[in-house]
Amino acid sequence: MPLSVQETEVKNPPVSRPPLDPHLKALENEAIHIFREVAAEFEKPVMLYSIGKDSSVLLHLARKAFYPGRVPFPLLHVDTTWKFKEMIEFRDEIAEKYDLDLVVHTNPRGAEEGITPFSHGSALYTDIMKTEALRQALDAGGYDAAFGGARRDEEASRAKERIYSFRTPDHKWDPRNQRPELWNVYNGMVRKGESVRAFPLSNWTEVDIWRYIQAEDIPLVPLYYAAERPYVERDGMMILAEDPRLELKPGETVQHGMIRFRTLGCFPLTGAIRSTASNLEEVIAELEIATVSERQGRAIDRDQSGSMEKKKREGYF
Amino acid sequence: MTATATSPSATILPFAEPLKAVRDTRPLRLITCGSVDDGKSTLIGRLLWDTKAVKEDQAATLARDSGSQNDLGLPDFALLLDGLQAEREQGITIDVAYRYFSTDRRSFIVADTPGHEQYTRNMATGASTADLAILLADARAGLLEQTRRHATIAALMGIRQFVLAVNKIDLVHYDKAVFDRISHDFREFALSLGVRQITAIPMSALKGENVVYPADASMPWYDGPTLVEALELATVRSTQAGGFRLPVQRVVRPGESFRGYQGTVAGGSVKPGDSVVILPSGTIANVSRIVTFDLVRNAAVAGDAITLVLDRQVDVARGDVIVSLDGQPMTGHHFDAQLVSLQPGGIEPGRRYWLKSGSRRQRVAVEPISQLELATGKWQPHASTLAMNAIGKVRLSFEELAVFDAYDQNRSTGAFILIDPDTLNTVAGGMIIAKRAEVGGIHREDQRVVLSLPADLAEQLMASELFANRRDETEIKRMTAKQAAELFSNAGGDI
Ligand SMILES: Nc1nc2c(ncn2[C@@H]2O[C@H](COP(=O)(O)OP(=O)(O)OP(=O)(O)O)[C@@H](O)[C@H]2O)c(=O)[nH]1
Ligand SMILES: [Mg+2]
Repeated sequence: MPLSVQETEVKNPPVSRPPLDPHLKALENEAIHIFREVAAEFEKPVMLYSIGKDSSVLLHLARKAFYPGRVPFPLLHVDTTWKFKEMIEFRDEIAEKYDLDLVVHTNPRGAEEGITPFSHGSALYTDIMKTEALRQALDAGGYDAAFGGARRDEEASRAKERIYSFRTPDHKWDPRNQRPELWNVYNGMVRKGESVRAFPLSNWTEVDIWRYIQAEDIPLVPLYYAAERPYVERDGMMILAEDPRLELKPGETVQHGMIRFRTLGCFPLTGAIRSTASNLEEVIAELEIATVSERQGRAIDRDQSGSMEKKKREGYF
Repeated sequence: MTATATSPSATILPFAEPLKAVRDTRPLRLITCGSVDDGKSTLIGRLLWDTKAVKEDQAATLARDSGSQNDLGLPDFALLLDGLQAEREQGITIDVAYRYFSTDRRSFIVADTPGHEQYTRNMATGASTADLAILLADARAGLLEQTRRHATIAALMGIRQFVLAVNKIDLVHYDKAVFDRISHDFREFALSLGVRQITAIPMSALKGENVVYPADASMPWYDGPTLVEALELATVRSTQAGGFRLPVQRVVRPGESFRGYQGTVAGGSVKPGDSVVILPSGTIANVSRIVTFDLVRNAAVAGDAITLVLDRQVDVARGDVIVSLDGQPMTGHHFDAQLVSLQPGGIEPGRRYWLKSGSRRQRVAVEPISQLELATGKWQPHASTLAMNAIGKVRLSFEELAVFDAYDQNRSTGAFILIDPDTLNTVAGGMIIAKRAEVGGIHREDQRVVLSLPADLAEQLMASELFANRRDETEIKRMTAKQAAELFSNAGGDI
């Protein structure tokens, strides 16, 4: 007895696909379980949506978890106003296509005080336009749970984080005193003002993400695929040169070449890699022989060992 | 951090190799455990290194951060795991680090746990989901109390496969006698835990001997597997035995005509047409459909996250368990359980906690019965507070009907956590032993009861600590079934 579409309120019903391999299936099951548990236990969950590949997988899993119902919480995008143009276009398309409640927040201090990644340096800029902005948005929404797409294999302090990561009322993480987390029995009890960050993709690796995107045919921002693009070389990074706010420094020139991105963030802080991988198969093939990690292209993660932990303690995702 | 002695990072870079893990099973989940400083983090760091799971930029960071902590000119592999500032400063592990790697045979999720007694709760966190434990012992020190505590917790939590890594063998001149003695000690101890599957391996985590590469030159006397070979042969915990179990996480009602129950199958399997019971209410219904995003399925098995649709309007809420008609779990108000106390306040007798199991949260009163003495492996009567890190047997009493399987039957529906109602922190992890039968009405002043039982059942009763404690008050005789029947025909009234 097939499920008829009229019976549900879901837009864009799913199509039939070959079954996932047991490895991806186990990861998917775990993520769906976490989504449902948080949605049932917390009063006001929200999902952080950063438009990148991990967020795209996260969103896909959320849609699966609640099918045939709608995703029962809003998506929050913290917009620094320095994202790649294609990211914003993609975000709006997806929200429309899947009938999602999208909340966009920008820290007003950015415009008021003229805070940009160029004028204030990556550390201060990130602190204000990402971390502080996130805290503002979470407080404003009164959310008691926030889903994030962080994976433990990304970075050494993330490897330590629980699936339900407890936060104090001022969004602080205390890595030395995390709640025990046994089996898949999650403790979702918090007092007013306290919250958890929930990470359904905790146990996924970068390769898992890409293989899942392939298996489930998940749409991505095209910047993940190689194309002929304009760029500028600065501080050992290739920065995309399409936004008029990027001012050339003396000696810099706009070059053209086949490049793509392994992670997406704010364009002035995200380095491209040289690549000819213009489709999913080629990206995966390239990844499987990659000798550097994905975060290498991110200026904000490179400062020093322990910088991620510091940011996380302050409330960064 | 000072610059490393092995400065040119190029000389310590592992070369990259394509990842080609076979994915015909889910990843094997394992933990490292054992006493503080036995080399757990170093071992996993070495394993990641030798399986080429460390990328160039990470290797460069490692080279930069490694002090001259060993005189072999090797990087401090533990830094690949000990990612918190406090851990690096103190040179110890505080919380579990989860890492992922694969060989061309299979993929692994490893949880590197802290050895320090203060952080036992974090070790328990790692152990609860593991299929296998690598227990480390420092070759110079052998088995310590903390080694036994970790082995015991791992066994209680259902881990049946152990690798005993006799580590730092390089510091005892690769002495076979040391290895033999420690492995013998452990095998003996493990037997008392009911663990029989043990692979003992002499190892130098730091030098990478018998981790991924064999060490024929330094240990020609050892012809067993390397650690990676042992891990490749291990089995993932098999699907839960017994009947179908679906703890209901949420009810989904997108429209008037659709009502589905969402949850993860925690045991057995289900297909359309099956008769099921909703517990604790006891209502019976039939499964009409199994809905997933990937359209309607004709069956679901343990581990699957599904939406179940029943053939009739019944009252089902979050926290209920939908189970097969045959092979139902236990329901009752009193259960016996084992637990590990995880927080400084301990577990106090008579105090009411929140208990969470599956998707159900309910009030429970906890009465300690006994406590495991690690030095002797014996359970001692203990009715007062179970202090932090204690392993105890307790009686759970519920106001509302509770639903469980025994943990050794089902690692999901037999597991629970206790939550402190004041701090809201998780204070214990527990495993159900059995429902406590409420016989009632037998006890009368001064009277004695004569039981006639099969010998095997008598043996089990007599093995219980309750019985053992009052053994001198009992009389026991052995006889044939016929003799017993005769004796009973002349005995007092039936109960
Ligand atoms: N010589 C030698 N030293 C080792 C070996 N394995 C580990 N070590 C050293 O032992 C010390 C402790 O190692 P760790 O890996 O931090 O120990 P641990 O078991 O993770 O410690 P905790 O997590 O704090 O319980 C470090 O200085 C290591 O370099 C080995 O096989 N041989
Ligand atoms: Mg350690």
